[in-house]
Amino acid sequence: MTETRELICINCPLGCGLTVTIKDGEVEKVQGNTCPKGEAYGKKEVTNPTRIVTSTVRVTGGALPVVSVKTASDIPKEKIMDCARVLKEIEVQAPVSIGDVVLEDVCGTGVPMIATKNVPAV
Amino acid sequence: MKNTYDLIIIGGGPAGLAAGIQAKKAGVENLIILERDHELGGILNQCIHNGFGLHTFKEELTGPEYAQRYIDQAKELSIPYKLNTMVLDISMEGREKVVTVMNREDGLVFLHAKAVILAMGCRERPRGALNIPGYRPAGIYTAGTAQRLVNMEGYMPGREVVILGSGDIGLIMARRMTLEGAKVKVVAELMPYSGGLQRNIVQCLEDFQIPLKLSHTVVDIQGRERVSGVTLAEVDENRKPIPGTEEFYSCDTLLLSCGLIPENELSSKLGAQLSPVTSGPVVNESLETGVEGVFACGNVLHVHDLVDFVSEEAGRAGIHAAEYIRNWNKDQENKEREQVIQIQTEGGIRYSVPHMIRPNHMEDTVTLRFRVGQVFKDVYVSVYRGEERILHKKKKKLAPGEMEQLVLKKTDLTSAEGFDKIVMKVEEA
Amino acid sequence: MRIQVKILPVFALSFFITKGEANMYDVVIIGAGVIGSAIARELSRYQLKAAVLEREEDVCCGTSKANSAIVHAGFDAEPGSFKAAMNVRGSKKMKALSEELDFPYKQNGSLVLCFREEDMSKLEELKERGEKNGVEGLEIITGERIWEMEPNLSPEVKAMLYAPTGGIVCPFKLTIALAENANVNGVEFSFDTEVKDIEPIDKGYRISTSKGEYETKCVVNAAGVYADVWNNKVSGRKLSITPRKGEYCLLDKKAGNFVSHTIFQLPTKMGKGVLITPTVHGNLLVGPTAEDIQDKEGVNTTAPGLEKVASQARISARNVPLKMVITSFAGLRAAEKGEDFVLGEAEGAPGFFNAAGIESPGLSSAPAIGEYMAEMIAEKLHAEKKETFLAQRKDIPCVAESSPEEIKALIAEDPAYGNVICRCETVTEGEILNAIRRPLGARSLDGVKRRTRAGMGRCQAGFCSPRTMEILARELKVSPLTLTKAGGNSKLLTL
Repeated sequence: MTETRELICINCPLGCGLTVTIKDGEVEKVQGNTCPKGEAYGKKEVTNPTRIVTSTVRVTGGALPVVSVKTASDIPKEKIMDCARVLKEIEVQAPVSIGDVVLEDVCGTGVPMIATKNVPAV
Repeated sequence: MKNTYDLIIIGGGPAGLAAGIQAKKAGVENLIILERDHELGGILNQCIHNGFGLHTFKEELTGPEYAQRYIDQAKELSIPYKLNTMVLDISMEGREKVVTVMNREDGLVFLHAKAVILAMGCRERPRGALNIPGYRPAGIYTAGTAQRLVNMEGYMPGREVVILGSGDIGLIMARRMTLEGAKVKVVAELMPYSGGLQRNIVQCLEDFQIPLKLSHTVVDIQGRERVSGVTLAEVDENRKPIPGTEEFYSCDTLLLSCGLIPENELSSKLGAQLSPVTSGPVVNESLETGVEGVFACGNVLHVHDLVDFVSEEAGRAGIHAAEYIRNWNKDQENKEREQVIQIQTEGGIRYSVPHMIRPNHMEDTVTLRFRVGQVFKDVYVSVYRGEERILHKKKKKLAPGEMEQLVLKKTDLTSAEGFDKIVMKVEEA
Repeated sequence: MRIQVKILPVFALSFFITKGEANMYDVVIIGAGVIGSAIARELSRYQLKAAVLEREEDVCCGTSKANSAIVHAGFDAEPGSFKAAMNVRGSKKMKALSEELDFPYKQNGSLVLCFREEDMSKLEELKERGEKNGVEGLEIITGERIWEMEPNLSPEVKAMLYAPTGGIVCPFKLTIALAENANVNGVEFSFDTEVKDIEPIDKGYRISTSKGEYETKCVVNAAGVYADVWNNKVSGRKLSITPRKGEYCLLDKKAGNFVSHTIFQLPTKMGKGVLITPTVHGNLLVGPTAEDIQDKEGVNTTAPGLEKVASQARISARNVPLKMVITSFAGLRAAEKGEDFVLGEAEGAPGFFNAAGIESPGLSSAPAIGEYMAEMIAEKLHAEKKETFLAQRKDIPCVAESSPEEIKALIAEDPAYGNVICRCETVTEGEILNAIRRPLGARSLDGVKRRTRAGMGRCQAGFCSPRTMEILARELKVSPLTLTKAGGNSKLLTL
């Protein structure tokens, strides 16, 4: 059984329109991409879509009340909202530096959450 | 604070930082960056999403990370900067520029400089300028103000949200508010296309099943104290609401992402000519405004979508300012006789930056950045000198929301003697 | 637990006693708009125990904040009416008052445009009426002089009536100045205090409010569009006030020099027309529409209303730069069916004084109404003047309008005057702190805005509102979560 899915590549601002052909649950081909990243995105998006999640967590004793954070790499798309909920419970102590791990493992993905801003202590 | 500088850079965001770094590298020692906020980095500090730096660093950074790379460089180069400092005015004294600044520690001070780089960024179009009818309750924010509240101050503007305008900040905030537990009910866009990047529509709306209603606008705001709802209506091809299409959405918050306006109050007070299309100064190939020795870059010049291009452009402005400072004592007499080629845009292209080129001052290439007024597919962007086509470049897709660029070579213009303009246009394949 | 239960009734009883006869007011004014505040200020010259009750969280929250900001010369009103008398008298007092209480006022002169030869007689009538009312310097202008005075006026203008005494004023600062000065001179102000009922009692009235009861010998009804409700509670002579909505557009300061005079249109069968005027702060104001509505809270703008403002304004000047609009708003004029101000003791209700039906030219008339009413009430109460009355009041320093030397002096006194919070209007932290700390200080974003103009510029508070909120929360020692735009439920943030 063959099905096709129309996607828009999110790798870069070009926003290529992709057509992904799936045969028996396997990606047969990706069309419409203008670079190899597009092909990779097309394959992943129909089999195991993932996203980088960015948010903030609360800081105590810092120059700012919150620090921005991101997942160190992409996590499964369906975990986005779980990830956001978990972050609400976290509070970190200043100082915080870019790259500091604020959560070791985001929702069992094995991916850590890291700070993306320096927040000095006050 | 000292009173005399070779170069004063107004704004410590991505444009000001990149301009300062390149100016310093090009030999300007006596310079300062003036920043009104309490930290460097400008609006990037609140843009905590990723996607910055793909061109510059070949990786996806968040806004604060991207900013930090430039802040680190500026600090390594020992570029002086002053925070919490507002520039109130710029004026000329002979060829010298006088910058009036104010802050807590130094009070009101008049700084003198040979050159000034304008890097003040832009602001958002408010509700008033959109003239949306209805009440004037709490709960109406521009998307950028909401972004600052959520990402830097840790407060939510509200819980049930309607967003008007599908500019990138609006799309990003739709996702951001959702992640923080708010319900984003709909994003309405007046135009038949989104003003934001496609990738943001996918990642910020589709991922969260937030509907995007194109050709729709807010026709009424309800709620006397706090927003209690808004009415959307479809618009016709003249962007006028179509009676009978009204639909009520209950919500406590209306976010507006309806365009950015370069922040040019200082530039126009100084007498720099502004482009009615970009609302930024008219500049030459050196990114110099109509006022000699005053350069502009980043969103104050024209609103960008990608910070990478801001940094690149601002770096050029820094280099050109350095050159201007080096030549400060050289003979100024030949200026009037210099050849100037205006860049005229037509056939779907709304503007180009720079607006004119002086071939004698041009480097080997110059990057023309431009925007189109409608969506084009599989077309060519061409540059003509009289009847002769000097550049012909295929573009798969052109959209108003996405800034494009063309690189013009000096050799393309060498035979331009006698021409005072070149024409840029979109042509069908 | 039990002990507390026993104590409570005693405590509550003492509360009612202090609110009772022992604490009878001489005068209670309902409404802290420009009229209530003007009356309060004039009454504060006398040895009286007076209070102003205001349902909103601040002064100047109703009609006083949303009007044309005009000091009419006084040619419009019917000779012999309260409107005519109070307008001309108020207009003549405004300059001295602006110096005494330090609020912005400018005599920029007004012009009434006539577009058709057949209407010339009406323009003449208007001039005669003005002269009867005592308006000075009226002149009809024709020919080239029209465009010499105002180059942007429509070529269709046939003639215009020039009134050199017409002026513009900041309605917020006028009202705030009056109220502050009244407060400094001893008048109490109670905000968030909505009147629920009024009933006559022995030697006066009992006013029930959302914050408890007040007993007073005299009541001043300055309740704007609700003045009919309170009059009708106590007087057999009923009033009927219809809210007449006026919608406006405010334009960027870049458009502020479009005209220098206040430009009216000669009223015709087609309607009263709209005005175009500079404001004292350098913006351009266009409006109002005039639509009778039922809802006394209906301060929403409407698409047809805003469209009408634009189309009517283009009659006076074709190129009005309406693209430069920075905000639009609507106000409700309290139009009484008798078409005149209702001033004085209500029929059958001794001690109950109306200042009702104060529609246009109410702002212009406020200084005169304040004086007229206060004298009447003082006489009724046989009140003596105070020796301690302070007539002068200084406004918040305005950095944007100060010289470099003045700014340096301010910063030397308090460095907060060097910290710019609102970039569009150049409002500093020092000014905002001053606005919060002064008598009847600001407690909301709008309160700060009306006192300092922070957030009133072209970005409409996009930049400064988070900063102003931070200062408000710090200064009032509250969580930012409790801050409001304009009191009540107009909360700005959530978690």
